[in-house]
Amino acid sequence: MSDIPLSAMPAPAVSAPPARRQARVPVLVVLAILWLVLMLVVAFAADLLSPFPYTALDLRNRLSPPVGMGGVWLHALGTDELGRDVLSRLITSIRMSLLIAFGATAISAVLGVTLGFLAAHFRGLVEQAVLALVDFQASMPFLILALAVLAFFGNALPLFICLLGLNGWERYARIARGLAVSAGSQGYAAAVTGLGASPWRVYGRHVLPNIASTLIVSMTLAFPEIILLESGLSFLGLGVQPPMTSLGNMVGYGREYLTRAPWILLAPSSVIVITTLSVSLLGDWLRDRLDPTLR
Amino acid sequence: MTGDETLLHAQDLVRRYTMRRGMFGRPVEVRAVDGVSLTLRRGQTLGLVGESGCGKSTTGRMVLGLEVPDSGGIAFANERMPPPGTPEWRRLRARMAMVYQDPLGALDRRLDIGTQVAEPLEIHGIGTRADRPGRVEALLRSVGLRPDQARRYPHELSGGQRQRAVLARALATSPDLLVCDEPISALDVSIQAQVMNLLSEVQQRSGVAMLFISHDLRAVRQMSHRVAVMYLGRVVEEGEPDEVLHSPAHPYAQALVSAIPHPGRRGGRIVLRGDPPNPVARPAGCAFHPRCPVAASVCAREVPALKRRPLDGRLVACHVAQGEAAPGAGLPQNAMEAA
Repeated sequence: MSDIPLSAMPAPAVSAPPARRQARVPVLVVLAILWLVLMLVVAFAADLLSPFPYTALDLRNRLSPPVGMGGVWLHALGTDELGRDVLSRLITSIRMSLLIAFGATAISAVLGVTLGFLAAHFRGLVEQAVLALVDFQASMPFLILALAVLAFFGNALPLFICLLGLNGWERYARIARGLAVSAGSQGYAAAVTGLGASPWRVYGRHVLPNIASTLIVSMTLAFPEIILLESGLSFLGLGVQPPMTSLGNMVGYGREYLTRAPWILLAPSSVIVITTLSVSLLGDWLRDRLDPTLR
Repeated sequence: MTGDETLLHAQDLVRRYTMRRGMFGRPVEVRAVDGVSLTLRRGQTLGLVGESGCGKSTTGRMVLGLEVPDSGGIAFANERMPPPGTPEWRRLRARMAMVYQDPLGALDRRLDIGTQVAEPLEIHGIGTRADRPGRVEALLRSVGLRPDQARRYPHELSGGQRQRAVLARALATSPDLLVCDEPISALDVSIQAQVMNLLSEVQQRSGVAMLFISHDLRAVRQMSHRVAVMYLGRVVEEGEPDEVLHSPAHPYAQALVSAIPHPGRRGGRIVLRGDPPNPVARPAGCAFHPRCPVAASVCAREVPALKRRPLDGRLVACHVAQGEAAPGAGLPQNAMEAA
């Protein structure tokens, strides 16, 4: 078919397709991206940015208020009950919490999507096994599972991240399985299989991009959940152990000084709120952006 | 191009599904396809007609090897069809392709047309990365699309253009066999003619064999070298399109043909009485006998075989048409009616 000379066709009135309107990035999304970039920079350059080591005590400046509430520039965000610099602790906490939240979200998404695709591809027994696991996970109170695991295996950061990664994988598995089954029984996935594509190509090249928008929304919902879960576990003393610190950890310990020194708690709380909001905004925008039919 | 070489032979294909009625119902067996034999020659088109649910599409999927028949066998180019998912089966995909009823559903809406047309080339390692854009351009031109439409997404094209894109993708590997499953029924009437002409053109140019599945008798007559009429999972009549669609021998084919509207014609339409066929409760004997206007008593007992009629050598599965039974007046509660 390739031997048809290109000049044989009457030159069609080539009307170039209308230039795709470049949608402007909304202001809020720009702000969200900036904030997330800032968070990443802080996380990666924590050692360079923090003015003090996060464990350094300054006993003469205990519970010193931040600048703007009568504090001094030495401790811009104030100090806590032991005289530790809140800014330095915040920077270390951001690194720790982002590591946990991104790591756990990635683990649960990869695990869930993989199991979901396996179930959709093999059907039969594999599917039943995956669905049984999903039901088990969904019906098990996660805190109890986490308590049991941490009690038996002790607390280590990699284990903690993996454990949080187990939280919520069943949602990805359900979504991935459902959408892959419906794509496979009729439509584009069946068509590509009919062309002779390997399962890797069908799932990696076609099914995954098509269900990515749903997965991204699910991930943006799970990300704040994991930050909050980490806060909860840290608050119970099961998460990040002192003297190491995380955002949830800071909120938990700052609670005791809520009336006298609210800045200890307010600083990490606002970081949690703004970060989760930014992730949601960015995820929403990305979902629309990645869909050619919505552009 | 229209050599008599057999490309595909399907023998006694049977496909059963089990279906459960209600939550506690007993599983019921549905015979979607019940002993269909087909032969396709290189460069020729076999039209497959019948009402919805008669097993046309299932037959098409089995012929392509997408579904495994419960019994019977398929030989493609004198080799047995390998089981789905095996490497041999995957390699065979380059030699047979499918054109779908719903082109929007068959295309990935996140990839542009050019990428999707190039995909069979990538899968089967045809050509080099560098010459693929040129091949895609030639393919698009050969189905009447503009090369710049390679950058369009499926939702940006019209129905007819999408079907052309699906066809370009199917033709990318220069297959020997094309199964067209109702390729025009989702299109406007004006576009239908264009797509049919395109299919004929492609066939003349590349010598591809086609299985053209449709319920549109006129489309089948225009496209096909041979026609098979299916009823409830069986072929009831097969032959040249002019014979089958002008003077059908089987009572069901007669009713089907009489349903083609003709301008200015009044009366003469055979309206079948009785329920539409239900593959779960298949009647004994000839599956058509409860609705047949000329059924005799033997029709309720014995399944007629598809064989040559002694009179003129036409392939038909009917006791009455074969002259084995005198035409009855239909069995009770059936009648022929002119409308």
